[in-house]
Amino acid sequence: MRTEMWTGMRSWRSLAVVALLVGNLAWAAEPATEGEAGAKAGADWKSWRADNNVTDMASVQRGARNFTSYCLGCHSLKYERWSRLGTDLSIPPALLQRDLIPPGDKDTQYILTTMPAEDAANWFGKTPPDLSLMARSRGKDYIYQFLKTFYVDPTRQTGANNLRLPTTAMPHVLSELEGLKRAVFRDEVKKGEGGERTHEQVFDHFETIAPGRLTAAQYDDFVRDTVNFLDYASEPTQAARRDLGVWVVLFLIVFTWLAYLVKNEYWKDVH
Amino acid sequence: MATESAAATAAPAKKGLWAWVNKRLPVDEFVAEQLTGYYAPKNFNIWYFFGSLAGVVLVLQLLTGIFLTMFYKPGELTSFDSVEYIMREVNFGWLIRYLHSTGASAFFIVVYLHMFRAFLYGSYKKPRELLWLLGMLVYLVLMAEAFMGYVLPWGNMSFWGAQVIVNLFGTIPAIGPGLVEWIRGDYGIADATLSRFFALHVVALPLGLLLVVALHLVALRRTGSNNPDGIEIKEKLGADGKPLDGIPFHPYYTVKDIFGIGVFFILLAIVVFFVPTLGGLFLEAPNFDPANPMSTPEHIAPVWYFTPYYAILRAVPDQRLGALLMGLAVISFLFVPWLDRSPVKSMRYRGWLSRTMLALFVVSFIALGYLGLQPAEGLYVMLARIFAAVYFAFFWLMPIYTSIDKVRPVPERVTYHAH
Amino acid sequence: MADHAVVAGEPVDMGRRKFLTRATAATGAVGAAFALVPFIESWAPSERARAQGAPTELDLSKLEPGQMTTTVWRRSPIYVVRRTPDMVKRIAGHDADLKDPNSDKSEQPAYAKNPVRARSAEYLVLVGTCTHLGCLPKQRFAEGELYPSWPGGFFCPCHGSRFDLAGRVFQGSPASINLRVPPYSYPNERTLLVGGDEKGAA
Repeated sequence: MRTEMWTGMRSWRSLAVVALLVGNLAWAAEPATEGEAGAKAGADWKSWRADNNVTDMASVQRGARNFTSYCLGCHSLKYERWSRLGTDLSIPPALLQRDLIPPGDKDTQYILTTMPAEDAANWFGKTPPDLSLMARSRGKDYIYQFLKTFYVDPTRQTGANNLRLPTTAMPHVLSELEGLKRAVFRDEVKKGEGGERTHEQVFDHFETIAPGRLTAAQYDDFVRDTVNFLDYASEPTQAARRDLGVWVVLFLIVFTWLAYLVKNEYWKDVH
Repeated sequence: MATESAAATAAPAKKGLWAWVNKRLPVDEFVAEQLTGYYAPKNFNIWYFFGSLAGVVLVLQLLTGIFLTMFYKPGELTSFDSVEYIMREVNFGWLIRYLHSTGASAFFIVVYLHMFRAFLYGSYKKPRELLWLLGMLVYLVLMAEAFMGYVLPWGNMSFWGAQVIVNLFGTIPAIGPGLVEWIRGDYGIADATLSRFFALHVVALPLGLLLVVALHLVALRRTGSNNPDGIEIKEKLGADGKPLDGIPFHPYYTVKDIFGIGVFFILLAIVVFFVPTLGGLFLEAPNFDPANPMSTPEHIAPVWYFTPYYAILRAVPDQRLGALLMGLAVISFLFVPWLDRSPVKSMRYRGWLSRTMLALFVVSFIALGYLGLQPAEGLYVMLARIFAAVYFAFFWLMPIYTSIDKVRPVPERVTYHAH
Repeated sequence: MADHAVVAGEPVDMGRRKFLTRATAATGAVGAAFALVPFIESWAPSERARAQGAPTELDLSKLEPGQMTTTVWRRSPIYVVRRTPDMVKRIAGHDADLKDPNSDKSEQPAYAKNPVRARSAEYLVLVGTCTHLGCLPKQRFAEGELYPSWPGGFFCPCHGSRFDLAGRVFQGSPASINLRVPPYSYPNERTLLVGGDEKGAA
């Protein structure tokens, strides 16, 4: 029963954009100060970098919270276990159970969405992908750019489109936080090989329609934390790997230096 | 002799258990013949590290491979998950897996440098033709081993790599299509394919690899190592019958090789612990997506060590001819001992023609390797054609340019400057 | 001979050579020992195995007096017996026939080191593998079921080990210690938690 409520709440969130289109903009109460108010906001989106730091534990923790609040409704991390997340992120078991794990789930279970796959396929046309390895297969910058280049597109069923992944089936679930923006395209004329002219719609810049709960800078941090968490989840052992690596390389340098001395010592014989 | 080795060479007269063992198993004799009594030229340079390093990588791959086999589960539904299980849940599984994936690339790096050394000093020339052929056999088995190993994680690049490579056999006239189906064991790359590749990768090919490596070493012991001067040290013997320019392999080259192994492991550790994917060169990003027969990755290329051949394949605007030229590019190496007509072995005493051709070959091999990683379009294809032409010219014009090339006189004795 | 690459009788510092060789060999041996650690560790239970070995809960409300139910914890069967007052009575009186009546040599948490070998006389919680060689002892709870003086307990069919209704081993059995008691606790009145107690998860 409680699980159903949970699912219900999550899917409500996932479908926030649909609600937005209906015109319910009530939650956009606090006007955001537009950081990118300068000309051509977002024109350089392809060069945006996640610049996350997976050793920044506070950021990864915030990312975990972001994930469970906004992503877990549809996406799983099927290779990551709640208890593992708790250990790696230094989240006490009680806090983990209270704040992150969906009611009814145990900390020894894998992080799975409660949304049934058939429902997801019905709503979005395809099953939302598992995010365990997204930061490795697509890259951190990809996710960062993806989450920051949603724009309103009434021609899409979800009401939203994306520059990084055009015609994405995913609704802009973070619009509540980011606000709504429109993509302005310019008409570019290109000459084909045969000299014929073709018109092409090229993205120019974003225009804010409605501000969200977060300022541009806050939203940027929100996305970066989330990417940071997904980076962690894509390879939970990476911090241990680098820590161990330092010692291994130092040891090998000592050994090699000794071996070098031995080599020179023996080769004194050779004329 | 001022070394401890002298004792080991001369006197097997030991007592007790060791003598008991040696009466039944020729341990001391083996050491005396193969290590302390095996004389190698004293003038080896940096290029002579890579043979022993290839042996070290072989051991590393066997050891890590055996442990991965304990956790990996071949199968369409289990492979990808079991690799993530190794990466996340097995204690130090991530280390064992990264050692194996990095070791695969390291294997090819040292083997390519080892082969370059042979070109540089004419190590394939008489009397070492068989040594070269056996080495090439090692290389061919290694390619098959690497390809099948690459399929096992069952990522999307594994799948499409298998799809492309297996379809190459379809270009063989008449039997092609049937052969492809037989290799796959299904109408597409499937569970049956994966399972047989697993068996070949973990059992059959490693056994074959060990056998040809052993033969390669036996052949090396018969002829002795070549050296940077390309002089046969066996032709200049001292009063005691030992080569004047030779030194016992042990301890001199064992201590030197141990130093080389140290340097190698430092570099390996840096990759394994800090950049295990090496920007997608050693582990490709799309392979972190599970195999999907319905979706080809946007940009598909084999792992870097195959890309020179792959670039040649794509440069030819004809399916059958492309596959043929790619095959020819690989087997061209086999004919080198008979294509090279130069009277001297080492590049040190060859003329500018041979040197230029070798340099061009190296440039074209690296360039083709780079181009094989790029999308097959426009300028890239043009460049690939040019470099492919240079590649083949190096091999098949060899009888001509090595005949007319001016050579310098080879000295009587090796050049060596003590430190 | 002077022509040889390696010349005998050169003034070489053999002490330095020996020292360096030994230092390198020792360092190499230490390195090799460290290199073995990941391979040895990889055989230990994985994260998944440890997560699956987490404490397991059992609903006690359906267990009738005098009955036994079995659950699994860490891949071992866990016997849970709801003892009747009569069964509890039959635990006493045969201490002389037991190998370890006070459970001094046996393995159990401190709270089960008592005559009933349990937190409370009513519920008996045991690891259901024989302490001899790991077979599963059968329940023979009825008085006289094995022989006239049998007070009820467990009988291992493999090698004939006998245990009483507290899991204590009888004299003449091949097993030498009592059946093990896993750590357990009662999160609430109707629930048994096997594998976890006040000290946390085992």
